[in-house]
Amino acid sequence: MSALLEIRDLHLEIGTGRAALPVLRGIDLVLEAGEVLGLVGESGAGKTMVGKALLGILPPAARITQGQILYQGRDIAAMPAKPRLALLGRDLAMIPQDPMSSLNPVIRIAGQITDVLRRHLGLSRRAAYERARALLESVHIREPERVLRQYPHELSGGMRQRVLIAIAFACRPKLIVADEPTTALDVTVQRQILRLIRDLQANSATALLFVTHDLGLVAKICTKVSVMHAGRILEAAPVAQVFTRPQHPYTSALFAATPRYDRPAEALTPVPEALTARLWAEAAAYDAARAAAGVAVGGRAADA
Amino acid sequence: MDETAWRRSLGNPRVLFGLAVLALLALAALGAPLIAPQNPLHQDLLASFAPPFWHAGVVPGHLLGTDDLGRDTLSRLIYGARIALTVAVISATAAGLIGTLLGLAAGYAGGLPDAIVSRLVDVWMAFPPVLLSIVLVAVIGAGLEAVILAIVIVDWTRFCRIVRAEVLVQREQDYVAAAVAIGLGPWRVALQEILRNLLPTLIVLFTLEMGIAITVEAILSFVGLSIASGAPSWGGMIAEGRLYIHQAWWLMTLPVGCIIVSVLGLNALGDGLRQTLDPLVRR
Ligand SMILES: Nc1ncnc2c1ncn2[C@@H]1O[C@H](COP(=O)(O)OP(=O)(O)O)[C@@H](O)[C@H]1O
Ligand SMILES: [Mg+2]
Repeated sequence: MSALLEIRDLHLEIGTGRAALPVLRGIDLVLEAGEVLGLVGESGAGKTMVGKALLGILPPAARITQGQILYQGRDIAAMPAKPRLALLGRDLAMIPQDPMSSLNPVIRIAGQITDVLRRHLGLSRRAAYERARALLESVHIREPERVLRQYPHELSGGMRQRVLIAIAFACRPKLIVADEPTTALDVTVQRQILRLIRDLQANSATALLFVTHDLGLVAKICTKVSVMHAGRILEAAPVAQVFTRPQHPYTSALFAATPRYDRPAEALTPVPEALTARLWAEAAAYDAARAAAGVAVGGRAADA
Repeated sequence: MDETAWRRSLGNPRVLFGLAVLALLALAALGAPLIAPQNPLHQDLLASFAPPFWHAGVVPGHLLGTDDLGRDTLSRLIYGARIALTVAVISATAAGLIGTLLGLAAGYAGGLPDAIVSRLVDVWMAFPPVLLSIVLVAVIGAGLEAVILAIVIVDWTRFCRIVRAEVLVQREQDYVAAAVAIGLGPWRVALQEILRNLLPTLIVLFTLEMGIAITVEAILSFVGLSIASGAPSWGGMIAEGRLYIHQAWWLMTLPVGCIIVSVLGLNALGDGLRQTLDPLVRR
């Protein structure tokens, strides 16, 4: 029986030819049904690209050059558009990083929620509207009817993120990618949104790929962690193990740099530059070795 | 679109002026048979060169006087609005449809479709537009259909260029990725998600194009390439009135005034809507 999601040796570049910039350097991830995997790393590590590759929403310049993204044993990166789009929104969904820009500014909330319901569940307009109302209630929006009539710009960031969460969970997907879902929000709202995602996830047994730069959040909702830097996974383990016995020095450094309730802010130490420099040098050496072996050139298009 | 955007538009003086002009044009065009005091084609050589009302010797029933053949100027101006508006609406609609679809496809698909459409637009834009339409009509043959066809053939690029550029901006927006991530296909995303965000731009372009079409039709009738001479088009009236500029300057000036007011009104409407629709819709 194959895992729900298995990413194998994923390589991704941005740009082509001489300008090609390696972004992912052989990512491996396994996610079983109902699990919550934290993908952690500093900004620029390539976390967002992993999520976008998985959902097939890579920017036009990005190409998968090697590796597989197996969803229930089928490689979605190599799948024709039609069956792949049939999975998106129904089996695989996303909670985006920026709720301010991720809703269509000229479409009422009702339309944006019913779109996904009608697309995948074949509901009538009426039935989809009723379902949308129930979904808004499930994300604790108090006046769902009013919100359904509103445009995104009439809602706060937290409200918009609730709407996006409702859209993500609308078709009871098997896997949701949440890319820093609280980063763009006010601190007070962050906690509510995080709790909401955790509760909905637990109730629906949806697997969650939780992308974040914050180990503190990982402790709150994840069962497993993969620590990422420069497009590589440095360490992957159950949360308890990573927190008590980190194997990679970078993981320990990330801990030392993460604010915690039992530690004053002054006690934080940033990740040592010597360490990141060494990791980047490793990445560069890896690229050079691949280029010398002639593997970096060619490959297949990300979105054929 | 958001109701508040429309309400805001109605508070804008340029929009109001433009709408008033448009309403007047539409009224004249649609109600010409009811409003026009005379048959615009009826000649009365005994009453030729009757002066307009502000001159002595005005002939009853000819408020704005008559031309060299004794045809009623006011009636001809009113029927002229019909021709002008017909040309404006049909050619702006057709040019808008063609240009928008090609621009949308080019901008969203990228790659080869984009390369082909963009080269085509570049080549097109290399010709001076008015000259191109004169040549086109000369080739197709004179007449109202030919004029409309020529305007469409020349002006689809106006829509195409701007729509393509806007689509390039829009498709990078997060909401587009979010739409793809719920499983919407490329046409659905382009036509439903992106196109709706272009609506203000399209309305503005359409309004401006109507003004351009009216001008071009007048130019083509002026050089005798539009509707058959004798038919009451503003351009044709200018061409005929030009011959009598010294005896009866109003014969040429009145239709010129109609064109100027129409184009000013449509441009004001376009510019006003550009101000009122854009910022709100774009956050
Ligand atoms: N549109 C883009 N064009 C070029 N490079 C990009 C683009 N988006 C991301 N990158 C590069 O890809 C790398 C990974 O980015 P990203 O996945 O967004 O990182 P993270 O989400 O971990 O902060 C970064 O180094 C960034 O420079
Ligand atoms: Mg990111």
